[in-house]
This record gives sequence, C-alpha cells and structure tokens, in this order.
Amino acid sequence: MNQPSDRKDEKLIMDVGDIARALTRIAHEILERNKGVKDLALVGIRTGGVYLAHRLAKRIHGIEGVQIPIGELDITLYRDDLALRKNQPILRKTSVPFDMADKVVVLVDDVLFTGRTIRAAMDGLMDLGRPEEIQLAVLVDRGHRQLPIKANYIGKNLPTAREEQVQVLLEEDGENDRVVILRAG
Amino acid sequence: MKRKDLLSLAPLSVDEITLMLDTADSFKEVTGREIKKVPALRGKTVVNLFFEPSTRTRTSFELAAKRLSADVINFAPSSSSVVKGETLLDTARNIEAMQADIIVLRHSSAGAAETLAHGVKSSVINAGDGWHEHPTQALLDLYTIRQRGMSFRGLRVAIVGDVSHSRVARSNIYALVKLGAEVRLVGPPTMMPWGVEKLGTKVYSNMDEGLRDVNVIMMLRLQLERQGRAQFPSIREYSRLYGLTAERVRLADSAAIVMHPGPINRGVEIAPDVADSLSSVILDQVANGVAVRMGILYLMSGANA
Repeated sequence: MNQPSDRKDEKLIMDVGDIARALTRIAHEILERNKGVKDLALVGIRTGGVYLAHRLAKRIHGIEGVQIPIGELDITLYRDDLALRKNQPILRKTSVPFDMADKVVVLVDDVLFTGRTIRAAMDGLMDLGRPEEIQLAVLVDRGHRQLPIKANYIGKNLPTAREEQVQVLLEEDGENDRVVILRAG
Repeated sequence: MKRKDLLSLAPLSVDEITLMLDTADSFKEVTGREIKKVPALRGKTVVNLFFEPSTRTRTSFELAAKRLSADVINFAPSSSSVVKGETLLDTARNIEAMQADIIVLRHSSAGAAETLAHGVKSSVINAGDGWHEHPTQALLDLYTIRQRGMSFRGLRVAIVGDVSHSRVARSNIYALVKLGAEVRLVGPPTMMPWGVEKLGTKVYSNMDEGLRDVNVIMMLRLQLERQGRAQFPSIREYSRLYGLTAERVRLADSAAIVMHPGPINRGVEIAPDVADSLSSVILDQVANGVAVRMGILYLMSGANA
C-alpha cells in the first residue's frame, strides 16, 4: 500500500494488487463452498457489483475452465426510500439472461454497509425467478448494518465511522483500481 | 426530473425527452418479465380522470400504474355534466382530498391539464387536452422509432392527415423538430393549421411527394366522430388522396415504418394490408405505451415527496 492516493482527502485502503488478490481468494472460496461451478451463477448489483461479478467470473473461468452465467441487477425500483425522495434516481437496466431455478446465485456488490441495498436486491431477484440459494460476495464490509444481513464472501473487513464514505473505484469506470475512505469536510 | 407535471412536450429539453425514453427502456425489461410488477410506487395513488371516453389510453395508464404497484382509481365524470373551468378544478380538488399523488387527465379543452396543474398539489399528467397535446402518445411514438434502431437527427418523418385537429401530431412535431428530425406534414390545406411551417416543418398537400424517401410514416386517425366533414367533400375522396396504400408505402425508404396512434379506420386513412404489413409497428406502439407510461409515472412520483 505504498502507492500514493490520487486525492488529498482520501485514505487508501486497498490498491490494485490488494483488490486483485481479494477477488482471487473470493473466487476460490465460492468454488470451494459450492464444490465447483455446477448450477453456479453470479449477479452483480449495478454498477460496481457488475464489474466485480465479471472479474470474478473471469477468475472462475481461469480456475475451472467454465464460463458461468452472469446477470446484472438494478435495484432502484426496490429501494425502500423511493417514496421519500424528491428526485427519482436514474434507472438502469436489469438483465438476468438465464433461468435462476435450481441455481445458486452469488450476489456481488462493492461495499456492504446498511444492508438495505442487499434487501432490495434479494426482493428484485425473487421477482425474476426462484433461485435455489442466494449467497453474497462483497469487496468491502464496512459495518453499520441496519438489517440482519451477512456476507458469505468478504474481500476486506473495514471498521469505519458511520459518517465516513467508502468508495470502490474501478478501472471499468476509468479510475485506477482502489478502495478509499473519503474524509467528511 | 425536476418537473411536477407532464403537460406538454413543447417546453421539454432534449435531455429531458432522452431521460424519459431511457427510463422507458428500463421498464420495457420489466414488462417482459414473468412477474411484470415492481414495488416502486407502493402506497401511491394514481387517479385516471377522463372527461372524454378513451379505452386505450386509460387502460394503458391503468396497467402502467398497477405494474408499479400504485393504487389506481378510474374517474370518468360524464362529459355532459361538466362545463370546463370551475367544475374541472372542483372535481380535481375532490380527488386531491382523497390524497391522489398523480392525476392523469384527459379533457376536451386545450389547456385543461395546465389549469389543473396550477390548481392542485398532485402531479398532473396530460393524457390529451383538446387539440393541444398528447405528450405520452408522442413519447411512445419516439420510443418505438428508437426501438427500431433509428436515430432522430436527420430522420425524415411524414405525419399524414388532419394535423390541425390532432394533439398527437402537435406533440410529435414539437419533439421531433427538437430532436433534429425533418418533419413533413401531409394533408389537405383545410387540415393544416395556419403558420405551422414556423414550427420547422414542411407542408405537402400531395401525399406522393410528401412520402418520398421518408423513414417514418405516421398516419393520423381521421376523427369522423369529432369534427364532422367540413374539411373534405367525402370520405372516399379523402381516402383516395390521403389514404396509405401499399403502393404509397413503396415511395418511402425501403426500411420505413408505418405508425398509427389508433384506433385505425381500416380502408379510410390506412389500407388493411398496410396496417397488417411487416412495416407496420402499430401494435408495438401499444405495447411500448405501457413501458413509456410506467417511466413517466416513475419520474413524476418523486415530485411531492
């Protein structure tokens, strides 16, 4: 972690190498827990989770030689704060181009925080089909859960203060891969 | 979306129109699912206030609201008992007192939606006001065009028929010109509004000339029940001069699409074989209408939070 941060007010938590190693480990853990790729599928939560799901699928392909199905989930319509918002968030597309019945679906997100996004994602998935099992993989678990939700695969446990902002910046968005904490103010 | 109401396409920016089409695209995916319902408008109430009979538009809005999990009430005061202005506002205030979040209004007077929007806190969506505008119909037309892979800049669109009495035409003209399309208006001079060229359109009284090389043929419904027959001598003559036949479709670009807001008068403004042909996207328009209206309800639903 000796790579300098891009901005002064951000504190580097994971660099490109840390992220790559964490994802490789998670890929192995997913395969180990599910005893291979049979009936396995990944669904990324827009937008960071989608990028991470594709990276995980690539690693799983590298290990097992099999391309597992990937879906992309936009959870906007399932948010629990929609009725409270003045400006509705921009909708993006959901695409789960495979039948989830009898599949073990691993939800992938970048940061696990209150758990509300994951609740929304699970409701969204259930409307699209009936997976055999849903598991959760996140790059960073920063704590402060408001719902009884727990990740099965975690890249890094990161104790934070509630008002801090954790950002996962990824190459797919034109950034250098890194995880940072933004200091308020 | 910073607007409380959708009354007209005339004041919208290209970005706003694009946002509405993009949002509709996300809902198109929802309408293709086995479970075609999302919880986005749970707890909201949508009132369809239709002072003019309309099955298609009302059903489309009703379905859209239900697929967003909103509660829907259809309110259809008989048009004879209503004499514009005051009564409209009073009716609307009654509905508002029942805590409607969104009112979808169809009315025979131009400007009714605007009047209502000023008078109530609820969001108002114009589902057709007199000869003024029918913004959601135009948006679903635009969506259907875009769905066919066509881009608007430089697109040649012929709108054929009674333009002066058509709110669908007016909304489409505003939006298409804004998006950079070449809009041709085709019809008898008696059916062209004065000064319509000033909106950036070209007017043709000869249909064959107007259709040459166009990418989109948008037929308007001849509203036989509405304005009598003052504008043309006979239906047969109108049909001969301005009816869309297979021969006339061949004058357009070979990949041109044929649109119609419905309900169609088979054999009057459009020949049956054209309405049923591969180039006809009339039923796509109906299907897209639900997704487009879901998008609009969604975008408007934040206004009163």
